[in-house]
Amino acid sequence: MRAAGTRHKRGKLVLRLAVATVVTLMFLFPVYWLFMISFKTPDEIFHAPPLWVPGKIQFSNYWVLFKDGDVIAIWNSLVVAGISSAMAMLLGTFCAYSLARFNTGGENLAMWIISQRMIPPIAVVFPIFLIYVYFGMVDTYAGLILLYTAFNLPYVIWMMRGYIVDIPLELEESALVDGCTRWQTFWRVVFPMARSGLMATAVFTFVFAWNDFLFALILTRTEVITFPVMLTHYFGGQSNFWSKIAAMSVLGTIPIFVAVTLMQRYLVRGISLGAVKG
Amino acid sequence: MAEVRISGLHKYYGPVHALKGLDLTVADGEFAVFVGPSGCGKSTLLRTIAGLEEQDGGEIRIGGQVVNDMRPRDRNIAMVFQNYALYPYLTVYDNIAFGLRSRKVGEAEIKKRVDDAAGMLGIAALLARFPRQLSGGQRQRVAIGRAIVRQAQLFLFDEPLSNLDAKLRDEMRGEIKRLHRNIATTMIYVTHDQVEAMTLADRIVLLREGRIEQQGSPLELFERPATGFVASFLGSPSINLIPARLVKRDKAVAVVLESGEVLELPDERARGLEGYTERAVTFGIRPQHLSRAGRGTAPSGSARITATADLIQPTGTRTYVTSRIGGVPVTAELDAHDVHEQGIVLDYAVDMSRCLLIDPATDKVI
Repeated sequence: MRAAGTRHKRGKLVLRLAVATVVTLMFLFPVYWLFMISFKTPDEIFHAPPLWVPGKIQFSNYWVLFKDGDVIAIWNSLVVAGISSAMAMLLGTFCAYSLARFNTGGENLAMWIISQRMIPPIAVVFPIFLIYVYFGMVDTYAGLILLYTAFNLPYVIWMMRGYIVDIPLELEESALVDGCTRWQTFWRVVFPMARSGLMATAVFTFVFAWNDFLFALILTRTEVITFPVMLTHYFGGQSNFWSKIAAMSVLGTIPIFVAVTLMQRYLVRGISLGAVKG
Repeated sequence: MAEVRISGLHKYYGPVHALKGLDLTVADGEFAVFVGPSGCGKSTLLRTIAGLEEQDGGEIRIGGQVVNDMRPRDRNIAMVFQNYALYPYLTVYDNIAFGLRSRKVGEAEIKKRVDDAAGMLGIAALLARFPRQLSGGQRQRVAIGRAIVRQAQLFLFDEPLSNLDAKLRDEMRGEIKRLHRNIATTMIYVTHDQVEAMTLADRIVLLREGRIEQQGSPLELFERPATGFVASFLGSPSINLIPARLVKRDKAVAVVLESGEVLELPDERARGLEGYTERAVTFGIRPQHLSRAGRGTAPSGSARITATADLIQPTGTRTYVTSRIGGVPVTAELDAHDVHEQGIVLDYAVDMSRCLLIDPATDKVI
């Protein structure tokens, strides 16, 4: 009886591990394939049957990107995504604090703010384009940064409001009585208490700006082309530059890897925090 | 050290009138306890004194200075909260030092004060720990330590013990009282627990629906309550209130219960009651003033009532016996060995010299 029970348990565990392995492989395979292509020569890329590993790891695909100056797109993306998420986080957290603690705008302002995020971007992209043309902001850092900041603000406000509401009010009141001004209370109490939420939200805003294709496509020309737009240049009429596509894609994935790895500790806590509170 | 003087204080929450024109003075060095049922305004009053709520009218003076428009940080007060309000990301040491750092006190002075306070509270060994590693009682000590090091002119406590279990609460209550004796700063303490109020206070301020119902020393309020509300709020088990009539019999005045029992009042207690005879009254008698007739010495001037023991609750030292008298359940506090079995018929001696008579129309004690 007992042996049967143990066997049953072990069988279940094996099945579970098998499913987990298959699913993991399914998700990892495209990433693996992308990395491998980026190291292959053109011949190896089109080899039939497909080669699982390149004959020799070579970096010429990357070298080309550097030589042609295409990697500037990664730099552009870093500048635009980095500055815009920093700005959105700063402004958004202040707004969120105001909503959470001073009930600014009554009950409905928070909902109205997040509703801005629900508009399909394509519906507003052309009016924005015309405005940008008028103000001469097309193909500038400032233009993209402003846009991503504006688009990320509602998200940041909504998320941070939830995290701030969760901080016990007594902590802030205690700080106020103990000699802090509102600003000091914000930096010394709210900021450290909301740190997980801040980090998680920051990663998401960064990823949004990093991954945006639509606005970058329409609002850039030659000067501040971001990495997703640069990628499209390699899809030609007659042929596709698979080696460049793969190398550029890998370069474009690395910052996200880095961001998520650094923030992983906060991400898990931040996301589950939000999940509980809703 | 400071006197707190409040006059004509009003506070509204939207349509709710939370404080209705309070006048109150807490003397320098006094331990005042604000007590009352939930929603009576006691916490609002405390938070308004702290500056965490803004008053809608009236004046607050701390140490002679009007603080109406002063930020909490400028009022030189320290506050202990119900949920301790410790910063989870700081060690005990840093938690206690928090208020000093925001006031730019030097690190050497901070260390001295934190060590002193930690020694006083018996938490010197915990300074390197984080709040999550502490028990509830230890956390509350840290919160008190954070208030002590500030050397503020006024201490505010907002139900600081209500999250602790009963045993710890008794222990901490004693420590807070000792603390007050040692540092002799003016303290204001909010609680809904009448035992805390009675044991800690130099003066109890009993609030009801945004007004001060009565204030005075604990014994004054216990023995000479102004209203039925005060009488029933203080004392455990609470006072028995029995509907009755006051009648004149021969020369004496007597209380007649609805079930017909006649309880004669001693002469000195009957004085001044002539105007109330032949009227409905509420007869109030504390459980301690009912005893079992024939056991021990019944005080002179006591009346007799016979009733069945419906419910017996022994506490070890005393036993609470509930019977139906005059149509309502009445609790008596008897000796532990007076009663053992439910359902027996008891002869009670009622100490009529200690009874309260309340006008049911106004709730005022006659």
